[in-house]
Amino acid sequence: MQFGFLLEQVVNGLVLGGYYLLIALGLSLIFSVGGVVNLAHGAFYALGAYASVEITKYLGFGPAVVISPLAVAMLGIPFERYILRRFYTADPILSLLVTFGLAMIAEQAIRIIWGAAPLSASIPPAFRGSIILGDFLFSRYRVMLLAVVAVVLLGVWLLLHKTSFGRVVRAGIQRPDMVAALGIRLQPYMTAIVMLGVGMAAMGGAFFAPITIVHPAMGAEIITVAFVVVVIGGLGSFWGVVIAALLVGVVRGITIHFLPAAGEASIYVLMFLVLLVRPRGLLGERIEKFE
Amino acid sequence: MTRYTRRTLLKTGAAFAGASAFGFPSIVHGETEKIKIGHLTPLTGFLGALGAYATLGMRMAEEEINQAGGIMGRQLEVTSEDSVNPATAATKAQRMLEQDGVPVLIGEINSASALTIMQVADRNKKLFMQVGARSDALRGKNCNKFTFHVDIPNTVMVNTVGKALLRDNMVKDKKFFTLTADYIFGHDLLNAAKRFFGANQGNLIGDELIATDVTDFSPYLLKIRQAKPDVVCSNLAGNQVTTLIKQYAEFDLPYPIVGFNLNTADAWAAGDGNLAGTWPTVWYHTLDVPASKSFVEKFTKKNGKPPENHAWIEYVTFKMMAQAMNETKSTDTDKLIAYFEKETQFDVLKARKAYFRSWDHQLVQEAYTFSPRPKGQAKDTWDFIALGAAVPEANEPLEVINSTKEQNPCSL
Repeated sequence: MQFGFLLEQVVNGLVLGGYYLLIALGLSLIFSVGGVVNLAHGAFYALGAYASVEITKYLGFGPAVVISPLAVAMLGIPFERYILRRFYTADPILSLLVTFGLAMIAEQAIRIIWGAAPLSASIPPAFRGSIILGDFLFSRYRVMLLAVVAVVLLGVWLLLHKTSFGRVVRAGIQRPDMVAALGIRLQPYMTAIVMLGVGMAAMGGAFFAPITIVHPAMGAEIITVAFVVVVIGGLGSFWGVVIAALLVGVVRGITIHFLPAAGEASIYVLMFLVLLVRPRGLLGERIEKFE
Repeated sequence: MTRYTRRTLLKTGAAFAGASAFGFPSIVHGETEKIKIGHLTPLTGFLGALGAYATLGMRMAEEEINQAGGIMGRQLEVTSEDSVNPATAATKAQRMLEQDGVPVLIGEINSASALTIMQVADRNKKLFMQVGARSDALRGKNCNKFTFHVDIPNTVMVNTVGKALLRDNMVKDKKFFTLTADYIFGHDLLNAAKRFFGANQGNLIGDELIATDVTDFSPYLLKIRQAKPDVVCSNLAGNQVTTLIKQYAEFDLPYPIVGFNLNTADAWAAGDGNLAGTWPTVWYHTLDVPASKSFVEKFTKKNGKPPENHAWIEYVTFKMMAQAMNETKSTDTDKLIAYFEKETQFDVLKARKAYFRSWDHQLVQEAYTFSPRPKGQAKDTWDFIALGAAVPEANEPLEVINSTKEQNPCSL
């Protein structure tokens, strides 16, 4: 029975990891292509949640989780064009400072617009309740969420590996100078990647709003975990981030099972151990421009 | 070029002269003679939403006190800041006393920050009206002569909900599983809960300490499912309770959930249909008392939303302080302490008046339970909670829900 309980935590951890993935994958893409650690990523997650709560009031949950990420992705255009683009070749500390500042501005802006009190958001009736499979209990909503993550993941993988767009982006990660020599301007691709990244963060926010608390500091809460996932997974690696996200979810679940008090610390210990053995992260590639 | 007539010039000149004779000196007079109060409350972090309500209540009291002629005829000026964390709270408190020269500190919600401010008040021998932190230890083993406590402590919250649980036969021989906030407040609440279970033959079969930054409860919910308790009990704090309530509803566990702490702003955020069980509160805006209704009406008109319990408690605290200063005609620490220690009766907008106990400085007052209304019966976002009757009942002394001298190690 003890083993069954443990297995249930592992499966639950995988589901949770899927959710971290939505946030971390975008962060990793922006990091890989532009060399910018976007500390404002959490702000887009929060905006996605707030926008979806507002849209749900008028159009319902379904349209909200589609419109909210698209709307936030549009914000990615001026964000990339007028802010990030100035810092691709600058000292990394500058982009860290500017995105950190932006995250604080966004949090205060949310506080001014929507107030400090959390907003209420509920799971739509169709996805309420739990499913029991054998000995395992699943939340119906999280199973749906996992399916959405799988579809998004497949879409992003196909985009990066089976389209000419993806080839340019992947080449741009490794050798931006060669891409430039071939006469390809990377800037529009970068804009598209930022839109994709912040759109996925907003999607995470929209889908998580009904099961977490929608409040101004929610972005700051998620960015640390997303960053840990990216670091464990390794720079420039799609599958590295996927494995790391699932691993983080599972390690947290197992730790809470055996040693609950260490649950939150466990993911940082995992990051420490991975960096000790593989400083580049699990599947991190050697990227010349960052060496 | 604009030309002014001699008449205009004279009129303007006379107006300035008049203003300087009557207006300006009184402003200058007011500046030097204002009564300053230092106010600290968390505006960020997991208690930030409650602090925002606290600030609204404080500002409303400040405005009303000043409109009614101030304190001893002097205007009240409240300097309010985000207390951030225990260390920052202490630094800011010290600065307010030392540099800004405030005679009195008021505020706080976070028990850990309240404790550090209490130490600053003690060192500086200045009065601290500790408004919203509920840890028993603050008015127990950590109590000091310079601090008074307004909100109901953990023991009162446990006893209030406990009365409802006993009435519903939900304690004796029942298995409890608790989730506890992993800081001073939670530990303290767990101790109060353990005392209650012990005294009433309830069995605590599991407890999980939860870090205050946990946003996903799913692993804990699975552990609860494995433990198969009769009742799940929350000892969490701030907006974490909201997250727990939402995820508890999401996983649809069959065990009834109750809690010993939930602020109404956090209950509202849980959303209609998610909240279940019985919870304690110190006040709610639907309370059927004329003075309370009038406060709710004024607050709602001013802020576009009803007051939450922290808005109410700050409002009544500032009113009590103004009353104390007006009646003692002083801001002197010793005189104010003596006034409160006389167990003066205060109108706190409830059916029965409240008073500070002289031996532990705790405000003794009525408390209530609340439960969600059946789904679909709420008139608006703030209406899906129904307030229970006041505890203790009208024929019982207010003291019965508070810890006794034997239970409370406070010595002032």
